[in-house]
Amino acid sequence: MLRFIVRRVLQAVPTLFGLSILLFIWVRALPGGPEYALLPENATAEQRAALRRAMGLDDPVIVQYGAFLGRLLQGDLGQSLQTGRPVLTEFAMKFPATVELAVMAMIIAVSAGVPLGYLAARRSGGALDSLVVGGSLVGICTPVFFLAFVLKLVFAEQLGVFPSAFRQTPGIDATRITGLFVVDGIATREWDAAWDAFMHLVLPGLALASIPLAVIVRMTRAGVIEVLGEDYVRTAEAKGLHRRTVRGRHVLRNAMLPVVTAIGLLSGALLAGAVLTESVFAFGGIGQFIYSATQTRDYPVLLGFILIIAALYVLINLIVDISYSLLDPRVRVS
Amino acid sequence: MPAGPLLAVDDLSVTFTQRRRRDVKAVDGISFSLDEGSVVGLVGESGCGKSVTSLALMGLLPSRGVRVAGRAGFRPGGGDTEADLLSLPSRRMRDLRGRELAMVFQDPLSSLNPVVPIGRQVTEILVRHRGLKGRAARSAAADLLARVGIPDPGRRLREYPHELSGGMRQRALIAMAVACRPRLMIADEPTTALDVTIQAQILELLKELVTEEGTALLMITHDLGIVAGLCDEINVLYAGRVVESAQRHELFRAPTHPYTAGLLASIPRLHASRDLPLTPIRGTVNDAIDWTDGCAFAPRCDNYAEDCLGGPPHMREERAGHRFRCVHPVRTDAAAVSAEQSPAAPEPSAPKGEDR
Ligand SMILES: Nc1ncnc2c1ncn2[C@@H]1O[C@H](COP(=O)(O)OP(=O)(O)OP(=O)(O)O)[C@@H](O)[C@H]1O
Ligand code: SF4
Ligand SMILES: [Mg+2]
Repeated sequence: MLRFIVRRVLQAVPTLFGLSILLFIWVRALPGGPEYALLPENATAEQRAALRRAMGLDDPVIVQYGAFLGRLLQGDLGQSLQTGRPVLTEFAMKFPATVELAVMAMIIAVSAGVPLGYLAARRSGGALDSLVVGGSLVGICTPVFFLAFVLKLVFAEQLGVFPSAFRQTPGIDATRITGLFVVDGIATREWDAAWDAFMHLVLPGLALASIPLAVIVRMTRAGVIEVLGEDYVRTAEAKGLHRRTVRGRHVLRNAMLPVVTAIGLLSGALLAGAVLTESVFAFGGIGQFIYSATQTRDYPVLLGFILIIAALYVLINLIVDISYSLLDPRVRVS
Repeated sequence: MPAGPLLAVDDLSVTFTQRRRRDVKAVDGISFSLDEGSVVGLVGESGCGKSVTSLALMGLLPSRGVRVAGRAGFRPGGGDTEADLLSLPSRRMRDLRGRELAMVFQDPLSSLNPVVPIGRQVTEILVRHRGLKGRAARSAAADLLARVGIPDPGRRLREYPHELSGGMRQRALIAMAVACRPRLMIADEPTTALDVTIQAQILELLKELVTEEGTALLMITHDLGIVAGLCDEINVLYAGRVVESAQRHELFRAPTHPYTAGLLASIPRLHASRDLPLTPIRGTVNDAIDWTDGCAFAPRCDNYAEDCLGGPPHMREERAGHRFRCVHPVRTDAAAVSAEQSPAAPEPSAPKGEDR
């Protein structure tokens, strides 16, 4: 097991290294540069050029990359050009918001996707099935930011059932422990604060959940249809087991195996979707910060955040693979 | 002993209806019966409807796209009241399955849930029908595994199906089938997926268990060699109908339907009898014609004559308990000899499958 983990981590190193090169090239290829965001609009061309030179942006890219790599090996990702704070600090500050949002989205996706997929499979070919399959197709095709806009417009601005922005109503009196506002509210028994944070999560959570939900519905449906035809389900029925035992222990448990793997892969889609969702709802997580870093060409933040996210993605999938091996005894982690 | 057989199947037919396709009549009016504690064989080529028959009796056919007709009278608890397995509400069937009716399937690997330990798969049936819990269920499960000849049952209970050998898996499935001492056990080709040496062991085990418990066994197979060593009575199926039915010795001594005779002639036997040379039946079951047009075996039959067509041949019974569905039956030398005069019926082939 330990060897497996070590091997996977070592495998990730060249991937991340390659990614850092690609990112570096991509970031530098963006038109414009930080000098536009950092200097007032009426700054002269000379002033901008001077700033570029001062920041070393006119050095050959290979030299810049070497410097970046050298700092990276010492654990230094540089400072944000927008705020002047270290990139790592910024990440640590904004990460809990995104975690909370992503977890909310995943909870929505799993708790709605699995039952819907199961029901669709039980009545495959029926009206509900067509609805679910069609709906999931729409869910996959709809751009997340568009959905976020529509949800915000309808449920926040028109109907006013949910707040339209931020993680909590500004000025609310709440104690911070973990930075996960709902968790903090519950831990400190500040129920109002917890509920307020939860309500702020609903719309962005729904928007972000759309793609994972659609994928999970389809995978559950396909998995259940396949498993229902398996001999061991017939064996379970032949034993006269209660319907719920057959469903839970024999059908769902097997049908969920591919879904577990998908959850790992979906975490990538979730982080990508968070960039736009957070921006629409001014959610203040890493997604929104990456978005603004793109606008201002905040190179260190773009590079640092995306690299950290990639590393987290590797980690999440490692955890998923390990839990998969616990669920499926046929897969031996050696 | 109460009156009547334990299971009386009368004119069972199963039709698969598929959208935009011709209906498939997989079972076309099967009738047979089975007494308490007896071992009855259902023999026929691949595709003749054996599995569909067993699934229909167990109530395990899919609920959609299938039409089941006929009757299958079963006396739950061996009492005098009879229930029709084909029309019982699914809730009652769920109570009967596993407790009174058990089944052993063909492929032991795919018939076991790969992600649930063997122990759980045995105890779940004890929990369901015998109300056992926790330790009691586990120790009963260990006893069951020991009973079916699985060594070190305590360890095996914690293992997963892929960690067991094929023979062990089938033993585990048999343990589940006998867990509640069912009155009727249906075994659908229980040895087809196993090695030859294991086949014999499994058959031996089944025989031993049903004899000890007084369980009736419906043995489904394409291999006459298997029923030879096991069954009291044999029903030969062809294209969804029973074409011949007799006591084991009677059937082996005097096969009357050309199909049965052909089956017997095509099994290799140790004491090969010279008047039955080793010859396969020509054609395949796909060549069958519809029973409503005449004898379904006609396209493959050596005794065929014009009067075999025009409608299904009727079941005839020339000697008590020996029925066949044929217009021009085979009159083997042995068949000409009456039962009393025949000192030695041809030795039925041992179950140690020479076949495959
Ligand atoms: N779900 C189904 N839909 C349509 N036709 C089916 C279905 N299941 C079985 N059949 C048909 O019913 C016929 C009998 O099938 P069955 O499985 O009972 O054969 P069998 O005698 O058990 O053969 P084998 O020795 O191969 O197991 C076959 O011709 C098959 O094509
Ligand atoms: S009825 Fe005719 S065709 Fe059918 S088995 Fe008998 S002899 Fe052959
Ligand atoms: Mg079969």
